[in-house]
Amino acid sequence: MKLETYIAADNIISPLGFTSEENFEQLKNKKTGVQKIASSPYSLQPIYAALIDEKKIDTEFKKLNISNPFTRLEKLMILSISAALKQNQAIDIQSKKTLLIISTTKGNIDLLDPAHTAGFDKKRVYLWETARVIQEQFKSPNKPLIISNACISGVLGIIMAKRLLECETYENIVVCGVDILTEFVVSGFQSFKAVSADIAKPYDETRDGISLGEGCGTLIFTNRKERMQANVTPILVKGGAISNDANHISGPSRTGDGLLLAIEKTLREAQVPASAVDYISGHGTATLFNDEMEALAITDAKLASVPMNSLKSYFGHTLGAAGVIESIVGIHSMHTNTLIGTYHFNKLGVSKPINILKTTQQANVNTCLKTAAGFGGCNAAVLFQKQAVL
Amino acid sequence: MSQEQTYITSFCSLQSGQVNINHSLAFSEEKIASPASSAEAIANEGSSAEALPKERASSAEALPKERASSAEALAKEDSDFLKSVYKHYQLNYPKFYKMDNLCKLAFITSELILKNNPLSEKYKAEDIAIVISNSASSMDIDQEHQRTISDKNNYFPSPSAFVYTLPNILIAEIAIKNSIKGENAFFIFDTFDSTFMSEYVNSLINTGKATCCIAGWVDFYEGNYHAFLYTVEKQPGILNRKHAPKELEKLFLHQS
Repeated sequence: MKLETYIAADNIISPLGFTSEENFEQLKNKKTGVQKIASSPYSLQPIYAALIDEKKIDTEFKKLNISNPFTRLEKLMILSISAALKQNQAIDIQSKKTLLIISTTKGNIDLLDPAHTAGFDKKRVYLWETARVIQEQFKSPNKPLIISNACISGVLGIIMAKRLLECETYENIVVCGVDILTEFVVSGFQSFKAVSADIAKPYDETRDGISLGEGCGTLIFTNRKERMQANVTPILVKGGAISNDANHISGPSRTGDGLLLAIEKTLREAQVPASAVDYISGHGTATLFNDEMEALAITDAKLASVPMNSLKSYFGHTLGAAGVIESIVGIHSMHTNTLIGTYHFNKLGVSKPINILKTTQQANVNTCLKTAAGFGGCNAAVLFQKQAVL
Repeated sequence: MSQEQTYITSFCSLQSGQVNINHSLAFSEEKIASPASSAEAIANEGSSAEALPKERASSAEALPKERASSAEALAKEDSDFLKSVYKHYQLNYPKFYKMDNLCKLAFITSELILKNNPLSEKYKAEDIAIVISNSASSMDIDQEHQRTISDKNNYFPSPSAFVYTLPNILIAEIAIKNSIKGENAFFIFDTFDSTFMSEYVNSLINTGKATCCIAGWVDFYEGNYHAFLYTVEKQPGILNRKHAPKELEKLFLHQS
């Protein structure tokens, strides 16, 4: 029999805060982490982006009393994983039965720039070397699994955790999604002319591109129900699937067929009909093509009336971290029965009448569908559900 | 969970100036100067690779390898090798010339394997999975993108390079060429992980998430390249090797 996957702990580090609760409060208060950055090492022109305060990272990191040198990216990972582990003492990271999954698109890519190398070995830019230093820091006996699959990396990490926890090999899986703001990534998206001149406006008729961001999210899963935190309604991962558009390397499908396939496979695995989905946490990058593609897929999946939001105008697009951070917000929406309005969304600008949440509101949220799409035509969906109260 | 037997039904590797298809040396750098045997290989291509004379393997091993020492020169030589394989097999796919080295390597390897074993003729597009891994991610093209932004007085980042700065783009190139829409994932390992690969791909097939899979390793960085792609199916196929870690490791390391 397949074992169930329960959520055991979570943490978000973003410009909006260093805990999930802090972040969720900020979202409820309509606070965005995306700011105008006038002059920066990241861009020749001023940009809107979500940047975590360096001093805050260092202050928090000092509290951990770690003497080894770590990169900015690794500090975020260590802070986030430590915070999540601290929440749930039943999860033993040093157990052979606990696996760490790292989801990232670019890892320590800032080290490629000679100005940022800062004494770190050249090898440190390899993702497996980052994984090794994190493994060593947490004294984990297992080599971490590294997923680098563009902007679906975070959701893919969650799907992978569910698949691995279905059998007995592991009892706990820690999924850490992370990416930092770098000149490497900013200049690339600027060359694509994909960066918004303002804070991104997901699904809006005046949307003109993405806002980039940085962040780290950690989700801990277990297939041992007794390791759930007390006084918390159990939330399970019930299904997940990945697909490819096979259309274009840097543009989404024009029909949404790839994302539709991932959603259908996810609902089928979860044995949840479209009519039972209470909330969709969309990808909503605020590019013309992405948001339109999502609207088509959501409509074809018979989910057009389901309340949906994008969190990209709060966190920016955090690439490999996005799927994890946005799933955690979805999970807190389920815990608090509170759906977050889409910041900067005003008037629907996609061709299908999907139900984009404008304002934060109370609603019964028992089932949450998280979707993601990325460069390389990849799509992913994952379904979270509250355990039925008997 | 029912554990059905799965098989490695075909494989192709590109490494050190040689192309191997199902245990047979199909092409090597020395052929570039030998048009006669080139024509013969084209004639053989598509049919059983076993028909190729066995001596070729040993003569290729004896090739003198006086390679340039700088990484850049090596990378150029290696992309020249990719072009000669592409031309030799008349792959005729204009998008090839736009690809970065990593995608070129993946594309050629996948084409050679799918020519012999056309999965799309046997399976539905959404049931074919692609699961690929490597060590250096997309660092070959990452370095190139970095060079375009390091000098503020000579700043020229380009979308045509940036789009390749994600390793899973190579999966997209294979998916686009063959209209494959199934499960896909890209993993990073310091070395090829035959245990994870076989367990994960087998679980995709055993849980009905895919009926077959293109899997393996495609790595290109600092003048070193190694591609090893293989197909996994429920039937033994021509190759008839169990899809298990030991068998996989042997094929990866070129031990028959």
